[in-house]
Order: sequence, then C-alpha cells, then structure tokens
Amino acid sequence: MSRDAWKGRDVISILDFSRQELESLFEAANAFVGPPRPRNDLADYIVATAFYEPSTRTRLSFTTAALRLGAKVIDLSPDVSSILKGESLHDTTMMLEGYSDLIVMRHPSEGAALLAAELSSVPVVNGGDGSQHHPSQAMLDLFTVRRLKGRIDGLTYTVLGDNRYARSATSFLYGLAKFKPKMVYIVSPETLRPRDEITKQLKGLGLRFELRSDLEQVMGSTDVLYLTRIQKERFPDPNEYEKVKGSYKLTKDVLSKGKSGFIVLHPLPRSTELPYDVDSDKSAAYMTQAHLGVPLRMALLLKIIGGGKA
Amino acid sequence: MMGITTVSRRGGQSPNEDKTTMLVRKIPDGSVIDHIAAGKALSVLRLLGNPQENGFTIALVMNVSSSKMGRKDIVKVEGLEVSQEQVQKLALIAPRASVNIVRSYRVIAKRNAVPPRTLRGILSCTATTCVSVREKDSAPSIFFLSGRSPLRYRCKYCGRALDEKEISAQLG
Repeated sequence: MSRDAWKGRDVISILDFSRQELESLFEAANAFVGPPRPRNDLADYIVATAFYEPSTRTRLSFTTAALRLGAKVIDLSPDVSSILKGESLHDTTMMLEGYSDLIVMRHPSEGAALLAAELSSVPVVNGGDGSQHHPSQAMLDLFTVRRLKGRIDGLTYTVLGDNRYARSATSFLYGLAKFKPKMVYIVSPETLRPRDEITKQLKGLGLRFELRSDLEQVMGSTDVLYLTRIQKERFPDPNEYEKVKGSYKLTKDVLSKGKSGFIVLHPLPRSTELPYDVDSDKSAAYMTQAHLGVPLRMALLLKIIGGGKA
Repeated sequence: MMGITTVSRRGGQSPNEDKTTMLVRKIPDGSVIDHIAAGKALSVLRLLGNPQENGFTIALVMNVSSSKMGRKDIVKVEGLEVSQEQVQKLALIAPRASVNIVRSYRVIAKRNAVPPRTLRGILSCTATTCVSVREKDSAPSIFFLSGRSPLRYRCKYCGRALDEKEISAQLG
C-alpha cells in the first residue's frame, strides 16, 4: 500500500478498505502496543470528537490515542451545545470542519457519518452510525484476533447475539469478509438475525457463513466467539425487546464445551449475556480487546492525518 | 378538446401491441406509452403531472392482454412528447414501459423506460432512523439502483432497499 492511500481518508465502513490496507493498519498498530512512549507526531493537529450517543471505549480510546500522539482534542457535547437548540448535523459538521483536522463522530442515525464526510473537507471517522457501521471497532476486533490467534484466515468464528441491530457485529462480519475464515456461524434468536440486506451483502462478498440458533452445537469448532448485547435502545417496539430479553447467555458450562485455545470477544458494554464470572476464564479476551483500541486508533489517526507514516 | 377516454374492452393502437383490435384512434402527435403493468395507467398519468389537467387529451387502455406481460395498460397523450427525464421516472413504476413519440401519425422516436442509476430527492427512505429522514431539510434522499427485475433501489445512507411495491406506493 502506498503511503498516501490513507492520507485524508474518511473511515465510514470497513467495506471501504482492502485486506492489504487493513493489514498495513495492523502492522502499524503493533508498534504502539506496550508501554507508551511520548510522541509528537500530531502535535500540530486537533481532533474533534462529536458523540451524539453515549460512548466509553470508542470516545476515550480515540481521545487517548490522539493525546498519546501529541494532538489536541476538542469535544462536542450534544447536551451543552447548539444541538439542543435544534442545530442540524449539516451546520454542526460545518463548524467542526473549521475547528479541527479530523472529526470522530457517533450518531444515532444510519448514514450520519457518511453525510458528514460529504460535507466536511477534513476526514470523518465513523464512531458508529445507528445500527449500521462501526468500522474502527471492527478493525480493532480483527487486530485483536490477529494478535491473540496469530492469524485471521482459516479460523472458525461464531458471532452470537443481536446480529440485527448491533453495528459492531455487522461490521465484524463485513471485516471477516475481507479475509478467509474457515467458517462463520451467526447465532441468534430468530428475530435478532441479520437484516436481509446484510446477509445478501455477505453472500455477495463471498463470506462462508451459516445462520444458527444453538450456540452449543458450534462451540466445539469455534476459535473466536464474538458476543454482543441486545441493543435495547434500537428496538422500534419495546415489546419486541421484551420477547428476546435474556434469550442468550454465556455460561461457564457453555465455555467448558469450547475447543482448546478459543477466545471470547465482546465490544462492550455488556449486559446479562456476559456474566462477570466469565472474566476469570482463560478464554476471556474482551478486556485486552478494549485496551488494544488505543494502539489501533493511534495507527488509524496517524495514517489518516499523518499521511500513512505510522 | 380535453379529457380522458377509457376503454375497458380488448383494444389498442400501439405499434407494438399484441393482436388486439383498435379501440382508440391513432393520435396525430404526442406519446404512446405501452407495456405499463396492468392497473398502473393512472399512476403513470400522475407521474407525468396529470397532463389532462393542462388541456391534453388522454386515452387510457386498461387491462388488455399481452403476450409479454399477461395484462397491461396503455396510455396515449395527444400533443405531448414525453421527455427523456419523464421516461426515466416512468421506469420507477412501469419498468417495462416503452414510449413512442408520434408526429404526423408516424412514430419518430422510441424511448424505453430505463431506471436511472441514481435518484435524488424522488424517493424517501422508509427507515425512520436513516439520516436522510431525520435530517431531511439538509440531507437529500439519494437512492442507487440495485436491481432491475424486480426493480429495487438502495438508500445511499442506510442501505435500506425499496422494492417495486414500495416505490409504486410512494410515486403512485
């Protein structure tokens, strides 16, 4: 990949990136894993965070990544900004464009980051748009698999949970489609299966996957178990949420059926699907996954703003 | 003269029409829109801006048999040449439609309805959480053609697909 392929680029969907570009990102991120060293690569730059929805890991790991590279960070808080007065995404984006060198945006509407990217002359990184995309999470998830399992290809993945509304799960599946997994099992209750347009797209991308409803049937062959919580906030009908609430849960008993060396990933936050007693199991990798968000996003920022010199 | 002539028996006038008897006279000048799915003729008129309201004479031939389509409608608009842009829009509700432009009783041009690759501001996304719905004052609706038969368009912003029935419902 040439150095300039990343420079100034928007990050809207992981589908926009080639395998080679992702591997280049992972290589760059590897250099940032471990004790941090002071860096000033982005000392002349300002990163804006604009989160219209709650966030802990995405917001803070982008902020930490920017600070560790010497950049300054400004933050748009929807609850104390003119958004409360009804300011449009259009006008807000035009302001952020003038005040910063890169915008990280999370928004409850699908397509918000794409719209912002069309409006903005500075790069926009999608920190999650509705139930659609969360590209940097998917990059982080694949990076975690690569570090912990040594490879992404040839493994069997089980994506368990809310595969209908969880953008992390969708983006992870899209990311897997860039590689060559041995098999992907998409396990969820009937009503939480991926939307038709997603399964069609996955088929079009050539991803080998099966829709399943029983986790135990696939645990024995799973190398990576990717779990998501039910996205209560995205259900159009609260009654539908009540029907599936608590419909799946990872237990020690289920974990004991896993193959040797398998890992459990979760984008967090968790709900009842991931009890705290799983944390002590050797398969639990989700805290490591969350921590790797900083080096991954350092590499991402550096590549986009710094022109690929990560 | 203005008004709409409707014909409910087998009949037609289109040069491409099947073996049917002529029930509507030929038009000296104007447009003959053939191969409209049965029942869609009035929607086609609406899409053309209801030309009868501007003084044009209209003939509707509805539910005639067609070897290609089973049943179909035909619309003739006397004195109005349907533009290429209108033909493209026609494709949204009558994707198999063909338009003959007539001058002095002769067909001087044939235009097939070809669905546009991109639609701006014509359709609305049905996903209530799509940015094109929530920020509609500043975000235009943009759809990309994702299937011709059956007709499907995909929202640029949220990826939600609209099928033929939904497209017709919005435009008809």
